[in-house]
Amino acid sequence: MRGQEARDQAQRKVAMATLAQSSGDDIARLWDESGLPSEAELLRGPETGLVTLRGRIGGGGAPFNVGEATVTRATVRLPTGQIGHCYALGRDRQKAKLAAIADALWQDPARRNEVETRLIAPLQAALATAQEKRRAETAATKVDFFTMVRGED
Amino acid sequence: MYVAVKGGETAIANAHSLLADRRRGDRSVPALRLDQIVEQLALGVDRVMSEGSLYDRELAALAIVQARGDMIEAIFLVRAYRTTLPRFGYTRAIDTGAMRVERRVSATYKDLPGGQLLGPTFDYTHRLLDPELAAGADVAEPLQRETEAQAMPRVSAILAREGLIEPDGEMPGDRVPGDITREPLEFPMARDIRLQALSRGDEGFLLALGYSTQRGYARNHPFVGEIRIGEVELELDVPELPFAVPLGTVRVTECQMVNQFKGSAKAPPQFTRGYGLVFGQSERKAMAMALCDRALRATELGEDVVAAAQDEEFVISHSDNVQATGFVEHLKLPHYVDFQAELDLVRRMRAEYEARGNPTKIDEKREAAE
Repeated sequence: MRGQEARDQAQRKVAMATLAQSSGDDIARLWDESGLPSEAELLRGPETGLVTLRGRIGGGGAPFNVGEATVTRATVRLPTGQIGHCYALGRDRQKAKLAAIADALWQDPARRNEVETRLIAPLQAALATAQEKRRAETAATKVDFFTMVRGED
Repeated sequence: MYVAVKGGETAIANAHSLLADRRRGDRSVPALRLDQIVEQLALGVDRVMSEGSLYDRELAALAIVQARGDMIEAIFLVRAYRTTLPRFGYTRAIDTGAMRVERRVSATYKDLPGGQLLGPTFDYTHRLLDPELAAGADVAEPLQRETEAQAMPRVSAILAREGLIEPDGEMPGDRVPGDITREPLEFPMARDIRLQALSRGDEGFLLALGYSTQRGYARNHPFVGEIRIGEVELELDVPELPFAVPLGTVRVTECQMVNQFKGSAKAPPQFTRGYGLVFGQSERKAMAMALCDRALRATELGEDVVAAAQDEEFVISHSDNVQATGFVEHLKLPHYVDFQAELDLVRRMRAEYEARGNPTKIDEKREAAE
């Protein structure tokens, strides 16, 4: 794979991860503010199904099945021909559809920058703020051990 | 002979509408919203997700309301719902080493990379009922502490450096993990399948069995190497994309139990391990699962199977509370014809018994009274 292609794939994956982790309400609100077009032909879904989560024995050993989770997916085609996909935990169909359209728009070189700055970047910022808050709250519960000195000398 | 009997339709319909009324309760009390349950009864939601074997908070909350707070009924509802959905595939194995940790404690090492993070725990609370909570007092925002993000390797990785602990459990290289939702249970079973069954097993049942191992039934000297709770990312390989598609994050609890082991004909003296991995914040369940996992490895490690917790068929066959409740609760359904047949049989046996000259107890009492 050429370097540029690999970088594009990595960036597209980050955008998809951001959309999957964000709430449907946040995506819809930013979409309305962004002025991004939402015309697209639904090729599949949105439909809800199951994925089976896998863990590893002992944390890093052989894989085993832990249980299922709901996932909603959608595939769309833009009037300009790009095909976009979304798979996201949960049962939010509107979110899956919008995220698939965002993925398709992202693949249009004329639209990519718009999608990144008006949709992905603000979503990422919100996720990062929430994660940092949780991390700092958890850090406040870190145990600082100290040694008690016993006796006179 | 099976005799079809019709009747009771009106009674059943009326019972269900009475259930709906009692579920709602006093109409002057506001109805619960699902987001209230998700936010404020979060550990109950986690238990339903774990034992219902379906990660979906809103569905678990709905199940809890619909079941009037009966957890096993709620778990049953979630299991039933699962069967209505198509399957998209198996995720890549989660990496608990990369978890966004919300709690992490070790009972084996005081100082370890990343430190001991208590998180939102009941430990060290005084277990006194709180009247302020009853009065609906406001709750302060938690404190924050600025620190650099630190890597938090699993404690098992630290112990492994000394070579005194067995590695993470391996299976033969080309093995596809077994799936109890696709294939019927068969004994003896491989550890991966056992772990799947334990992860959805009943918390109370596994807790009691884990407790029994501590009290001496299959004693195996456990230490909590590590418990960690937090969010992990999920990825799924799909044919339409050239990379694994990110699905979002789920919260899981992982428990690494470390057990002293004297050695046997099959393995040298070392620390052995039990593993627990459960949906949500479910610490007690993850610990119980790890204790049971270790006990169930008796045969693999060359130990004598002497206690219930080591008996794979006993543990795994009875760990599923949906199966258990189904079989126990079916006893209350009409068995009129079965019972008539048994009544007839007992009458005949009693007649034969008396015909052999044995007086019945009732007769004895009567004679004594006379």
